[in-house]
Amino acid sequence: MDYELLIGIFPQVLLDGILLGFMYALIALGYTMVYGVLEFINFAHSEIFIFGAFVGVEILLSLQSAGWLARLPWVGVLILVILAGMLASGLLAVTVERVAYRPLRAAPRLIPLISAIGVSFFLQDVIRLVESIWRNAFNLVYPTMDVMNIRFELTSTLDVSVRSLVVIVAALLMLWSLHVLVNRTKIGTAIRAVAEDQAAASLMGINVNRIISLTFLIGGAMGGAAGVLFGIQYSLINPYTGFIPGLKAFTAAVLGGIGNIPGAMLGGLVLGLLEAFAASYMGLLTGGAFGAEYKDIFAFSVLILILIFRPKGLLGEVVRGRA
Amino acid sequence: MAAVAAVAVSVALVDVFPRSILVFMAFQLALLYVYVARIPAWLRTGLLAVALLVLMPLIGLRNGYYLEVATQVGIFAALALGLNIVVGLAGLLDLGYVAFFAVGAYSWAIVGSPHANLIFGGGFPLAPGWFYVFLFIGLAVAAITGVLLGLPVLRLRGDYLAIVTLGFGEVIRVLANNLDKPINLTNGPKGITPIGRPPLPFGIPYSEGFYFLVLLIVVVVILVNRRLENSHIGRAWEAMREDEVAAQAMGVPLVRAKLLAFACGASFAGVMGVVFSAKQIFINPESFTFLESIGVLAMVILGGMGSIPGAVVGATVVTVLNLQVLKGFSLWLNELKNAGVTVLGYSLASLPTQLEPAKYERMVFGIILVLMMIFRPQGIFPARRRQRELAHTDEGP
Repeated sequence: MDYELLIGIFPQVLLDGILLGFMYALIALGYTMVYGVLEFINFAHSEIFIFGAFVGVEILLSLQSAGWLARLPWVGVLILVILAGMLASGLLAVTVERVAYRPLRAAPRLIPLISAIGVSFFLQDVIRLVESIWRNAFNLVYPTMDVMNIRFELTSTLDVSVRSLVVIVAALLMLWSLHVLVNRTKIGTAIRAVAEDQAAASLMGINVNRIISLTFLIGGAMGGAAGVLFGIQYSLINPYTGFIPGLKAFTAAVLGGIGNIPGAMLGGLVLGLLEAFAASYMGLLTGGAFGAEYKDIFAFSVLILILIFRPKGLLGEVVRGRA
Repeated sequence: MAAVAAVAVSVALVDVFPRSILVFMAFQLALLYVYVARIPAWLRTGLLAVALLVLMPLIGLRNGYYLEVATQVGIFAALALGLNIVVGLAGLLDLGYVAFFAVGAYSWAIVGSPHANLIFGGGFPLAPGWFYVFLFIGLAVAAITGVLLGLPVLRLRGDYLAIVTLGFGEVIRVLANNLDKPINLTNGPKGITPIGRPPLPFGIPYSEGFYFLVLLIVVVVILVNRRLENSHIGRAWEAMREDEVAAQAMGVPLVRAKLLAFACGASFAGVMGVVFSAKQIFINPESFTFLESIGVLAMVILGGMGSIPGAVVGATVVTVLNLQVLKGFSLWLNELKNAGVTVLGYSLASLPTQLEPAKYERMVFGIILVLMMIFRPQGIFPARRRQRELAHTDEGP
């Protein structure tokens, strides 16, 4: 076995894992916040996430065709695109909740979940339909900004592109602002109160429905930001791209302890790192018999194992117990 | 007598317009009407038997594609009935159901084609007669897979169980996609072909032969389902669905009941998998995606969870929507395009080429799932007990 190669690629794999981890963490927040408030898996969150990516690519493409992409300051463009993605995805999440989940709040547990699966499939094809009519293509490529491709060579085996730095900085900013919002503001207190006990919260004068909408808005916005960052990092998107990352982000949320916001961040990072290492090292360690093509299975195995052996997740579930 | 007339008229129409989708749907509606009409039981059974055993193959002679559609409907009806046991009766949401279908399909595909020579040396494919043995082997393998999947996940709450079964379905698909090395078991994305077809008596052509085979299996599955529903274990399942704790207190062995549900549901899919692989001659992992699982789920939901006629009707409606309505719409749109038709001053020829209505299965499934959940969670043909349960919950505590 080639130990030098194994050690040599380590820093690069670590960086890839962290990038992937932040992506999962941002998406996982949407799952975990909604689960915290409603105890319900928002299956359509993966499409809410990819919707953000599509809004981002549309803005970038129209800026490009207007010839402004190269002229405007790139930081400004980035902020604009991320904010637009957040807004669009947040509003979509609120709409979905209104239309497809709220009427079912009193129904047996599986009913809203099935409705969410339906919404997920429906949104995939709606995005496809709209893009097919609008651009006659639904596999879209993020336009590159030249700045993004500048690379800093740190060591002979590790180089960091501006693209990666942007993703990490943006993700950290988002996570930090969410932390402040949930823990230091009145709105955050209200969200936590509703998650703790809806009836008691409503007796304290909190408008539960509004807080639930707000939770969807915030979770969706995080997903939208993740979508834009996903597009910037991996460039190729189509309406079905969101599904697998969504599923993995849900795994991350469960891994960290569903309903638990720091847990989602930790779970995302752990899963991202595990997956990056599995993808790079499994092939090397098994002599090519089982390679990176099994990385999806790897994530699902983590999910199954965690659910069997520690269903509370790493940091423990915040949700109260139930049958 | 309206029932007899409906069947006769629709068959006559199919005979006159063998290419019209609408007319074929009229035939299906006539069958549905026979099922719900207030007529003596012997007449209903007789009419359905004549329609399915004699008229449908005759229609197939006029237009072979309809027989293909009918066969597909049968395959999906059996799948929907199997999933109905897991989701409808036992209340366990299985989102990876197509995995069992895949297990059955691959179990015959590997040994029923020359592919097995790569694994075991020589002596394959097995003689076509083995197909009938493999109907049972496929059943057993799928049932065992169901139990193996069930064992670790049984303690999970309903929504987690759904996600884990989804993951399991994806695992099976990824395995099928990648197990062409180190040992070439599934031949990866290239798939396996040619898969042997069973010998048929009296020199029946294959399309008719598979139609009758599928019909026979569906009838058996329906009979088994009906017996199960009213059996000891069927009642245990429904009790478990309504309230797990109460069921346990009443002496329902939860673990055994859940495992049995998984095994029963899986076994139907396994049998149909074997038939499917022989019918298609070629299989690859693309036939066993998450989309298929959700398609079968949409059939169960549309017809009504826990309802046997519902599952059959759901399977018919969804399959016909996919195979005929969407495709027909695509073809029609293309014809209009080629003819250069304009609608309100907009030339259809300038419609984007990527816009293919036939590709929007997901939208159909999605709309079915959401609308049914919001407006009619008990389905078109609700099971009586299920209907009461949902009505009760809507009032709320």
